[in-house]
Amino acid sequence: MKGYDLLDLAVRNLRQSKLRNGLTTVGISVGVASLVAMLSLGVGLQQLATKRLAGSGMFDTVFVTSKQDFRGFDREQDQKDQHPENAPVLDDAARDKMAHLQYVTEVEPEIRVMGEIVYGGQTHYGFVTGLPMSARENEAFDNLQGKFFSRSDADEVILLSDFAKELDPSNPKALIGQQVTLRYGEHQPLAADSDTSGRPQLSGEQSGGSNSNAGDSYGFSVVRKTQQLKVMGIIDEEPYGGMRTVSRGRIFLPVDLTAKLNMAEFSDMRSSLRGHGRTYMTLTVRVKDPAKVAQVQDAIKQMGFRTFSVLDATKSLRRFFTVLDLFLGIFGSLALAVATLAIINTLVMAVLERRREIGVMKAIGASDGDVKRLFFAEAGAMGFLGGVLGIALGFAIGKAINIGTGIYLHNHQLPAEAVWIMPPWLIGAAIAFSIVVSLLAGLYPASRAARLDPVQTLKYE
Amino acid sequence: MAASNPLQMSTSSTSQAVRTENLCRYYTMGGSTIRAVDGITLAIERGEFVALLGQSGSGKSTLLNLLAGLDRPTSGSVQVAGRDLARMSSEELARYRRNDVGMVFQSFHLIPAMTITENVELPMRFAEVERSERAQRVRESLERVGLGKRLEHRPSELSGGEQQRVSLARALANRPSMLLADEPTGNLDSRTGEDILNLIRDVSLSLGMTVVMVTHERALAERFAQRLVFLGDGKLLSQEALA
Repeated sequence: MKGYDLLDLAVRNLRQSKLRNGLTTVGISVGVASLVAMLSLGVGLQQLATKRLAGSGMFDTVFVTSKQDFRGFDREQDQKDQHPENAPVLDDAARDKMAHLQYVTEVEPEIRVMGEIVYGGQTHYGFVTGLPMSARENEAFDNLQGKFFSRSDADEVILLSDFAKELDPSNPKALIGQQVTLRYGEHQPLAADSDTSGRPQLSGEQSGGSNSNAGDSYGFSVVRKTQQLKVMGIIDEEPYGGMRTVSRGRIFLPVDLTAKLNMAEFSDMRSSLRGHGRTYMTLTVRVKDPAKVAQVQDAIKQMGFRTFSVLDATKSLRRFFTVLDLFLGIFGSLALAVATLAIINTLVMAVLERRREIGVMKAIGASDGDVKRLFFAEAGAMGFLGGVLGIALGFAIGKAINIGTGIYLHNHQLPAEAVWIMPPWLIGAAIAFSIVVSLLAGLYPASRAARLDPVQTLKYE
Repeated sequence: MAASNPLQMSTSSTSQAVRTENLCRYYTMGGSTIRAVDGITLAIERGEFVALLGQSGSGKSTLLNLLAGLDRPTSGSVQVAGRDLARMSSEELARYRRNDVGMVFQSFHLIPAMTITENVELPMRFAEVERSERAQRVRESLERVGLGKRLEHRPSELSGGEQQRVSLARALANRPSMLLADEPTGNLDSRTGEDILNLIRDVSLSLGMTVVMVTHERALAERFAQRLVFLGDGKLLSQEALA
């Protein structure tokens, strides 16, 4: 029998018992919809997570901290390093050494200090951080109102929208273009840094006796300074998805301006106590090629520093999502498995009902194969229809999920995110899968129909 | 008009349409063996109109099914055009039923959901007749049985006689060389039955088609058939050639 005749007869037969076949098809579509909804949710969540990471501009970046700092971050590692006080510190020498490693394009400190913005006679506190010019290209932040910095050392500022609301609750947007005053503490080395004679209190505390070294008497002053800044823009969310030290601020300056202002950092105090020169909390090492990140990371680890890169995060993230997808897929498939039973049931009923018809068809020339293919075609047609309907239904469910989470996020003052994404391949795959499953379900009824003995079916009038 | 689809002769030319050789078909039912057809040797000439007569249970329908390739013999052979149906694969048997045989049943066995036209077209679907040809051939078949109206109606809207005509048209759709009719008048009143048998005889004569008809109405058989074959208990009892 030719394909179009097969299809024509199959559709005709399906239309014979519209209700039964319709219900079965709806059953399949519910199965497909649940599978599609689950898998799309997995894909959506994965994309959401990786978008966050990609947005952090960190795929080509290694973060370096001294093992003296941030203890407890990696317990296993801490166990091994029994004497963190002996670990190397992130000073300019280390920075210079890293900058000369192969594949490294730039090494930048992450600066984050406390500061105040004076506006309209009011003072507002907030963390000040420095953003590199590359933040713009790296999609470090999504919704910038206004403009980005014009130069890397311009007297300009970008504010977090929460902070802008604090400055001007009625109309934060009006801040753009305004001048504000930044108050900060400037780091000033003592004039006579190497001369201990001017500071009797320090020499009076000498108890260890090992402080004959003049370098131990390092110190600095913090001097209050002000700087006029022009508000360039307002952002809704913390840059880099809130994942970096510099993202956890409310007042953002161009990175070279922060360096120029020579702000006093927390680490300065510690450096002073420990008697080191100026050190950094975190250095951001940018690598030419994301593929070389692991190599650079190893080289820096060799130098005795603690490193972190997104590579570490994505590895475990990918494993997590593989497992998540698997579970979502299994749950989604359950409904489809039930639908499979419905197909078998429907087709077995059809075989019983159409015994005589099958016998007649055989008597007038249908082969066993024709009969089998006819039932397969019916199963396949139900599978196809169910698949298409299921995609539509799944799409509707997904839209509902997105709208629901959108409302939820909005109520919590967060921007809407698509947690449910249906990739195009899933549409084709789901329909194909639905057809294959239906054909498998049709195996038994079809072979049962093909095996019917025409003499028996035509015997009783 | 010559037969449009004669059986091909693979062995030495013979005028026989079908020949059975010691044909047996046994059933086992509840431990006992029923010898529905028990050693029948019978030859039917091409173009001949043969009536199989006997009581119910005499094995005449089983013999017809064996001739149609719907059933397989327990032993013996059914020779058609030099080939033994008993040795054909089920696919070959299907092809034989599709191309070489037309069947008419007592209760018509039309597909109720299909229109008259579609019922007649159905065998052509299995025979993979080109779609462009079908309408013409459907019309041709229906004209041959005298139906030209209500072709888009369902079988249930037709009288018994009309339904049997549709059934006959369907049997003729693939231009077979042999017509097998199982009690074709059994569900019809005597006048309509006669009409159908007249029609079958006319078609047989005009197409040179062999007809084997199962019936228990001897009077009708005597009027239309050229030969009567009497069966009883699965055996061939006697034969009677009519002028």
